[in-house]
Parts: sequence; structure tokens; C-alpha cells
Amino acid sequence: MNIPYVVEERPDSGLTNGKLGIWLFLASEVMLFGALFSSYIILRVGSVEWPHGELNIWLGAANTVILISSSVTMVMAWASLKLGDFAKHRLYLLATFLLSAFFLVNKYFEYAGHFAKGEGPWHSTFLAIYFTLTGLHGIHILGGMVVMLYFIGPGAKLYKKNPEQFTNRIEYTGLYWHFVDLVWIFLFPVLYLL
Amino acid sequence: MDNVTHGSVAHGHAQHDHAHGDDHGELGFWRKYVFSVDHKVIGIQYTITGLLFLLFGFTLMMVMRWQLAYPGRPIPLIGAWLGQDRAPMGIMLPEFYNQLGAMHGTIMVFLGVVPLAVGGFGNFVMPLQIGAPDMAFPKINMVSYWVYFLGGVTMITSFFLRGGAAQSGWTSYPPLATLPIANGQTMWLVGMIFLITSSLLGSINFITTIVQLRAKGLTYMRLPFFVWAQFVTSFLLLLAFPPLEAAGVLQLMDRVAGTSFFMPSGLVVSGKALAVAGNGNPLLWQHLFWFLAHPEVYVLILPAMGIVAEIIANNTRKPLWGYKALVYSVIFLGFMSFVVWAHHMFMTGMGTTMSAFFQTTTMIISIPSVIILTALLLSLYGASMRFTTPMLFALAFLPMFGIGGLTGLPLGLAVTDIPLHDTYYVIGHFHYVVAPGTIFALFAGIYYWFPKATGRMMNETLGKIHFWGSFICINIVFMPMFIQGLAGMNRRMYDGGAQYAHNAGLPLKLNIYMGMAAWALGLFQLPFIYNFFASIKWGRKVGINPWDATTLEWSAPSPPGHGNFLTEPIVYRGPYEYSVPGAARDFTPQFESDKPEQGR
Repeated sequence: MNIPYVVEERPDSGLTNGKLGIWLFLASEVMLFGALFSSYIILRVGSVEWPHGELNIWLGAANTVILISSSVTMVMAWASLKLGDFAKHRLYLLATFLLSAFFLVNKYFEYAGHFAKGEGPWHSTFLAIYFTLTGLHGIHILGGMVVMLYFIGPGAKLYKKNPEQFTNRIEYTGLYWHFVDLVWIFLFPVLYLL
Repeated sequence: MDNVTHGSVAHGHAQHDHAHGDDHGELGFWRKYVFSVDHKVIGIQYTITGLLFLLFGFTLMMVMRWQLAYPGRPIPLIGAWLGQDRAPMGIMLPEFYNQLGAMHGTIMVFLGVVPLAVGGFGNFVMPLQIGAPDMAFPKINMVSYWVYFLGGVTMITSFFLRGGAAQSGWTSYPPLATLPIANGQTMWLVGMIFLITSSLLGSINFITTIVQLRAKGLTYMRLPFFVWAQFVTSFLLLLAFPPLEAAGVLQLMDRVAGTSFFMPSGLVVSGKALAVAGNGNPLLWQHLFWFLAHPEVYVLILPAMGIVAEIIANNTRKPLWGYKALVYSVIFLGFMSFVVWAHHMFMTGMGTTMSAFFQTTTMIISIPSVIILTALLLSLYGASMRFTTPMLFALAFLPMFGIGGLTGLPLGLAVTDIPLHDTYYVIGHFHYVVAPGTIFALFAGIYYWFPKATGRMMNETLGKIHFWGSFICINIVFMPMFIQGLAGMNRRMYDGGAQYAHNAGLPLKLNIYMGMAAWALGLFQLPFIYNFFASIKWGRKVGINPWDATTLEWSAPSPPGHGNFLTEPIVYRGPYEYSVPGAARDFTPQFESDKPEQGR
């Protein structure tokens, strides 16, 4: 028994199963972060004062640059596969992985700074929503890194058997990764600048 | 994305034209029955687990009904085993009553009805009805079941924690739910995150399967109504559950990390000011919760409508009346269900503008519901019906859902909601929708598709005893709730509100009869339980199409093997071609060609 439309597209929908699946998943993620951003707005509008300048803008800006670069390398990893260059693909995927690790290290120093001052999520509504939003985003980064690690490691074997399917999987990973990146592009101004 | 492609997969060219070869040998017990990726096995796992949770949730209610009927009297039979911190000397503590109430709601909705309606029927029937070999992502399907199972275990375990299970109602309103008492609430939140993840995975799978794996010739307007209902339901689950997940995370942070998302400043509990940062907003929880929980109501009811539509068409031997109207109504219902949530919050003082908006949308959403019910009712007109057990349950669904829906109208208007809010009237209203409504439809579905799943019929006599007993008892349980509610009886009183003067007399007395009816209702489930298991072994053997039905699942063997269909199914016509003038038989299946030489 084979499930159809794993590799080739269904003519009337123009989609493979995986691509539809990942877009649906991203739709639900939009609702998840949408609800959290709405909560942020409601909490901020309803509070008497809102702290400014609690976060290090430079660290945040650096992380923004890192994540955007990782999105670029992710696209390159997929494009290399499309061009049939598997070695280059591995290089770009590894670069994406390292950039995301770099992002998390940066984040760790930010978190550590707050905890050193004894200011955890319990300290204020601002820090509460800051830790919740960036924490959830961090978990999404970690999830993406696990997937990348899989495709650098054991998942790469699929390329020999079915390069087209492997390329598709990298494309889906990329779609997810761009979404995670996009969330950060909203988080950075909302938490650091405004 | 994962998929099951055993053996080597040819690069690039179409694989779906290949015959369904058995490309692997017999699977072991664990892979075949426990960690199976076959949608039919997963559907049956969901069905049985869901039924067990329904029984468990109902048992909680039977215990609560004793406390309501005879407040302060020791619970017979099980009272002595409940323990000192739940029911000392067998007499129920108020805290334990609250746990039972919260967990009854949670279990019935999230662990019983939805897994049965969507996970069970959706998984088993939907791929068969669209002519698919399996779901689009079989492994994700398996994960979805096991995550649901973990969520269930988490919820049950919370009863054995110190302080017991969650006690803040199934709605978990803060600040009550975020207070440091009630440890079970943390478990409740963790359990909910499991359940949300499970239904997220399930809904992605359902939508992808319906869009991608329909058989040749099965256009959208030829889909059986049940598939349409599951399609819309999946979108509701996909888009409405994440906000509750967000809310759950925020409440978990409140409980574990000491934040105060939902804790206002200056909260005083038992005479002591609470040491929290404050500045939070308890209403925010209600908005996020009901943003899920109202679409959730339609998650409960739409699959039931789908099941009822299938059974009515089959047993009236007529096409459904207004198929297109049904489809458009169900789509419109799906959209509207996202903009009615705050009609649960008229009492919160959110302002008259908001109330006016949400009562308007609520009145609008009642239109498609009425269209669906009317179309189903008109389908009966002029039919010579077969009163089989599934048909009896499906027929009972119509007036029961009608009562449930119509009693909802006064609750949807802010002015009439104010005196009725949080009374037994509300309980009566939504139980008529879900209990004799949805659960009856689910029973109908079990009797209807049982022969497809097992190859054997369930016993009709036992089925009719089950139906009539349940039908009478369930109405004696729920009908008096409207009287109690109109008298002003509050829904959360652990003694039924005996200390309030307005409850004295009839309203309180009714609790005794309602209790007896509830226990009798429990007894009338015994024929079903026996029938279910005995028929697997001793039921009458049937062929491929025992009901003379028209949809695709009846072209597969009973029970269908791995890969479902013996030959690739092709669809030639709409789903309900019953009693076509000039046809040899009174049903013309979707899978039969007009020209015999083209048929397979």
C-alpha cells in the first residue's frame, strides 16, 4: 500500500501532502502566537506603567541579524539540493544549525543577566510576557534544530534513495524555519524597541 | 513529513496507480494492535478509549447525583473506599464535589466526545468514504492517538495527587484556578497541552487527507455530508485550539513561574493579601478560553450531524433534502463559530457594545444550525422508513438537538441571559445538545458502522432496549433542569443549594427523581456494553453492504484489510442516490458505473 502524492503533486490541488500539512501547521502556529501577541496588547493597554529599556537592544539586534542570516542559509541549503549539489547543501544546513545555536547562546546570556539581578518572570508583567514569548520562541528554535540535526545525520540517507522526497522535506523544514524567523521579527520590535 | 512507504519508492513517477500489493508480511501484535499506523485500528483505539472515558465521566456524575439527591448522606457501595480527604465516613466533601464537577466536564468534552466523534469516527470512516488507502500521514496519526492517551492518563492521575484533581470547573476561570491551592490544576493544564497537541496533529492529518486523497471522480460536491462535517470540524480544531494552548501556557506560568497574567493587583484570599506581582487581567483568560470553547461546541455537534445525515439518508431510502444547503450551512457555521465566543461572558461587565455585537453574531449563527436541522427533518417527509437501531438513535437526535438549540436562544441574548446565567437552565441547555444530541448520534454511528468494522451485526433487540431505556431516562435527567434553572437554582452548589429559600420545594425535590433517572440510565448502558463485546464474537455475519448503502465505505470488505479497497475505487455519482426512478434497486452506489462494461 502506498500513499499517493507524497512526492508528486496532486493535479487539482497543486500540492504534495507534506506541503499542505506544513502550511496547515503554520496556520495553527499563527493562531498560537496571534493569541499571545493579543494577550500582550491587552496586558499592556491595561497596565498603569510599562517599563522601557529593560532589555539590551544590541543583543536583540544581533540576534535579529543572526536569525535572518540563518533564513538565508536555509534557502541556500534547499536551492543547492535543487541544483543537485548535495555537498554544498550539507554545508549550508550546518551553517543554519550553527547560526541557530549562536542565537540560543546569545539568548542564554540575556536570560542569565535577568536572573542574576533576581528578576525572573515573577518580577513584572513585562518580564512575564517577555520570558513567555521568547521562551516559546526558543522552544521553536530548538525544535527546528532537532529537525536540522536529523537531516544532517540519519535523515540524509533518504537523499540516496529518493532525492526528490528529501528535497521536499528540506523545503518544508525551510518553511517552518522562515516562520520561526518571522515570529522573531515581530518579537524584536515589540519587546525591545516599543 | 513522514509517510509510510515500505520497500523502495520509484523516483518521481506516479505511484498511486500501482495496485495495492501486500508489500510486507504479517505484523507482530504490538505493531498491529497497539502501535498501529492503520487508520482503522487507530479509529477503533480512539473509539474504545473514548467510550471508556465517557463511562468514567458518567460515573463521576452518578456519584455527584447522589450528593445532590441526598446531601450529607453517606454514598452507598463506593463511599467507604473514597478515603478521608474525599468523603470521610462516605459523606462527600465540597472540595471533592468540585473536583468531580470539573473533571466530569473535562473528561466528557476533551477525553470522551471529541476523541470518539473525531478521532474514532473520523479516523475509521472518513478515509473509507473518500476512497483513500489510509490517512495522509499514518505515523502522525498514531502519535496523535498516543499523545491523547497520555493526556488522559495525566487527567486521571490528578485525582490521586495531594489536594486532588482540578476543582475550578472545566472552564478553569482565574483567579480561582491560579490560586496556590488545588494542585490538580497544574496537572489539568499539562493534560490539556497534551490533548491540544493531539487534536492539532489529528486535524492537520484530516484536512490533508480530504484535500489530497479523494478517489478518482470524488469531487467536493460528491462528498458524503459526514466528510464535509469532519472537514469543517478539523479547521475548527486547527485554528481554535492554539489560543487555548496559549492561554494554558500563560496559566501554567502563573501557577509555576509566579507570573500574574491573570492575577489582578490587590487580591485578598482568606483575609491575606496575595504575594503576587499583580497587574494581570482575569478576563483575558475568559476571552482566550471561549475563543476555543465556543468553536469546540461545534466540534462536538458537527460530526454528530454528519453521522445522523448518513443514517437518515440510508434508512429513509431517499436522497438527503437540500444537500447543497447543508454543505454551505456547515461551512458558514464554521466561519461564524469564531465570532460568537463572548456570549458566554455577558455577566462579566465587558460593556454593552461588546454584548450587542456578540448577541447579534449569536443570532446569526443560529440560522445555519436551523437550516441543517430543518433539512434533516424534511428528509424524513414521505419516506418509508426502516426503524433500525441506528435510525432510532438518529431520529431521536433531531428533537433532542432541537430542544438544546432552541433553549440556547434566550442564553444568547444578553438581557435574558442575566437571570439564567450559571443556573441549571444552562446545564440543561448544553446537555440537551451534547448528551441526548451528540452522544445519541455517536451511538447511532456505532450501531451503523459496527458491521463494517467487525464484519458482524450488533443485536437489534438489545439495541432497542438500550435506545428506549436511554431515551426515557436521559429526558427525566435533563428536562427538570429547565424548571430548576428558571427557579434560580445555581449550577455549582454541592448540596444542590439546600440552604437557599428559592430552591425549597419542587426544585430540590426534583434532584431525587433526576438522581434515580441518572442511575437507571447507567443500568440501561449495560445492554449496550454486552452487545458491543458479544457481537464481536457472536454477532450475525454480514457481507460488504449490509445496509444497502451508497457511499464508498460499503464497497470495501467488512472488515477492510490493510489498504482498504481491493481495487482502486472510482466514483461515478453523488453520495445519496437512493430510490432513483427507473433503477433496478432502491439504491445506486457511488462506486457503480452507469455502463457496466466500464465498471471494475
